[in-house]
Amino acid sequence: MRMHRRTLLALAVFTGLTAPSMALAADDTIKIGLLATFEGPFTVLGEDGERGAMTAVAEMNGTVAGKKVKIVKGSSDASPDSAVRAARKLVEQDGVKVLVGPLSGDEGIAVKDYAKTQPNVTFINGTSAAQDTTLRDPAENFFRFSTDGAQWMAGLGTYAFNDKGYKKVATVAEDYSFPYTQVFGFMAEFCKAGGHVPSKSWVPIGNKDFSSVIAAIPEDVDAIYVALGGADAVNFLTQYQQGGGSAPLIGGSITVDQTVLTSKGKLRDVLKGTPSAGPTADTNDAPAWKTFVEAYKKQPGAFPSPSLFAHGYYVDMKATLLGLDQVGGDVSDGGKKLRDALSKLSFDTPTGKVSLDKNRNAIADIFLTEVTEGADGNLMNKLVKVVPQVNQTLGIPEDEFMKLGAVNRDNPSCP
Amino acid sequence: MSLAITTNLTPQQNWLERLGAGHIILAVALVLYPLVASDFFLTQIGGYSLIFGMLGLSLMLLAGYGGMVSLAQITVAGISAYAIAILGNNNSNILGFGWPWWLAVPFAVLAAALASALIGWISVRTEGIYTIMITLAIATATYYFAQQNYAIFNGHSGYAGIRAPAFWGIGWRDARPFYYLCLGLAVLSYAAVLYGSRSTFGMTLQAIRDNPRRMRALGYHVTAHKVFAWLLAGVIAGLAGVLLVWFNGRVSPGTIGVDAAIDVLIIAVIGGLRHPIGPFLGAVVVVLMQTFAIDIVGAERFNTLIGMVFLVIVFVSPDGILGLWGRIKPHLAQESLRPGQ
Repeated sequence: MRMHRRTLLALAVFTGLTAPSMALAADDTIKIGLLATFEGPFTVLGEDGERGAMTAVAEMNGTVAGKKVKIVKGSSDASPDSAVRAARKLVEQDGVKVLVGPLSGDEGIAVKDYAKTQPNVTFINGTSAAQDTTLRDPAENFFRFSTDGAQWMAGLGTYAFNDKGYKKVATVAEDYSFPYTQVFGFMAEFCKAGGHVPSKSWVPIGNKDFSSVIAAIPEDVDAIYVALGGADAVNFLTQYQQGGGSAPLIGGSITVDQTVLTSKGKLRDVLKGTPSAGPTADTNDAPAWKTFVEAYKKQPGAFPSPSLFAHGYYVDMKATLLGLDQVGGDVSDGGKKLRDALSKLSFDTPTGKVSLDKNRNAIADIFLTEVTEGADGNLMNKLVKVVPQVNQTLGIPEDEFMKLGAVNRDNPSCP
Repeated sequence: MSLAITTNLTPQQNWLERLGAGHIILAVALVLYPLVASDFFLTQIGGYSLIFGMLGLSLMLLAGYGGMVSLAQITVAGISAYAIAILGNNNSNILGFGWPWWLAVPFAVLAAALASALIGWISVRTEGIYTIMITLAIATATYYFAQQNYAIFNGHSGYAGIRAPAFWGIGWRDARPFYYLCLGLAVLSYAAVLYGSRSTFGMTLQAIRDNPRRMRALGYHVTAHKVFAWLLAGVIAGLAGVLLVWFNGRVSPGTIGVDAAIDVLIIAVIGGLRHPIGPFLGAVVVVLMQTFAIDIVGAERFNTLIGMVFLVIVFVSPDGILGLWGRIKPHLAQESLRPGQ
């Protein structure tokens, strides 16, 4: 009886707390939705994304154009359905006019589709990096200041072929749009340089047992290209190493990210020397990067060096705040002014200049890296080369690039 | 013979009395709910709870009357959701036969019901925990099949751009029409289960639940009755699947994953399995918790809070919210007698 009353009270209190939150939002605060994965296999990645976003907010002292920034968080589990549900809650219940997120590839495509139904809300990507989010059938109000997964691979295919001397490479990647994009970006260069990819393995997100995948990798390959994230990467690499696999690795951007490099165990020996490419490099000695790392480390639970999720969410949140600053925090016109400002926005990030193309996708510097052990024993990505200002078509003229077709499991192919 | 006489002797109730005061109050409240609720509370809380309530109801029908606990109800709903995506229109450039809704919906529900009967047929020879395991295996297998099959299910991305139909000048995915659509179908399913439970078939099913050997000895075809119950549960889950795909506008393996399957079980357990209203109560609690827990305790710990609330409910009342009510009711009755004395 007592418990029943208390339950009712609790229900009443929290519906009461949340329902009128729209009305309570005073004029001197700006609400920004933050959508990341706080559940499922990518939880660690989502939490680091949040740290990145909060670094950007802290950098502006939590205010923009004299108004206080209020961050409202939403959680997904990396499935497109949950991302849309969380986005709906933030937009339709919490009443945010600006939303930063989501984290993962298919989520991004789903949120872009949702964005089309909410023309008065401005969506800024988190780290979702599928090519088709912006390249094909883009939404007018969806912006991506972090680059896409194919851009992140700039320089890696050529480097693997010319400098490392790998002629035949097998790929192992997760089975959804972001890894397709990464494999596309790697193979675009690798195949052009003359390399061959005899086998491609696609594994579901959250896979635990990789023995059949490992068994299916051809014996005679020079290296294995791995594009797996979070727990999947750790599981695969551990099992591959325990199974006696010895082929050198080439890493997808999130495979050799801090979210994986900080894991314990023998994995460290396997990962050392792995070439990769992505939007960040840990040993980047540019002053702007070092300042960013220091600011990032103030966030609770931070990694020794920010992961690319922290970086991506930072860049997108920073762009959001800069855009809001330019319009004086005014989104009362359905965000039209804000979107104009964002389209023209060009600014210096810790990793170089970022600007947008006509599809509202970023053009930015990409870093070619190799995993190395730092002075303090932490694994980090050593900067090998910077590929300046990579655009979404990887420097190929747009009509020629579009002829390569949409990324999927079978495209591209060079067996 | 004597039974027939007693029925004749009972005073004729009019339909209002037979409906009961509780039902009438609830119906009025649900019909008037759109007057006070925002669009978000109409669809994301109201509609979504009704959809998951229907899924819980289909489980309640199997578990409560048939003694068969199934974890595959979301799979059945997923089959009709995928059927709508494949037979109707989608924007994923795969399949999409463009059938009108009035053709696609019956087919989807039929497919779901047949799939449900098939799952029932496979699992009906097992009992108790083995039924749970076999249906969990089917749910997991279907999830991975959808995840890795590109020709039919379009893999991890699934289908997007599915629109609810518009007819009679109403767009059925707009907040109010969609809420009433969910409400209508939920009430229909609820009434059907309530009526069915008192029918000859319902009584037989409950008798089979209590003592299958005796029923077999009496000459009843136990397997046929159980499989038919699965078929009926499949119709309800199939309808819920149609609403679910219209609600989300998309369907992907994430919709029918093991998490979702367990959500349905939690909803049924929290609500209570003794009466068809239980799953709907459970669905409201679960949907509210999943939506708002993150606002109460922040992004890092909200799943812990959800888990703890569920634990508390099951701890206080092993037979769910309905059981709580059953315990409170006598107290209320006592109190209400006092002023009259």
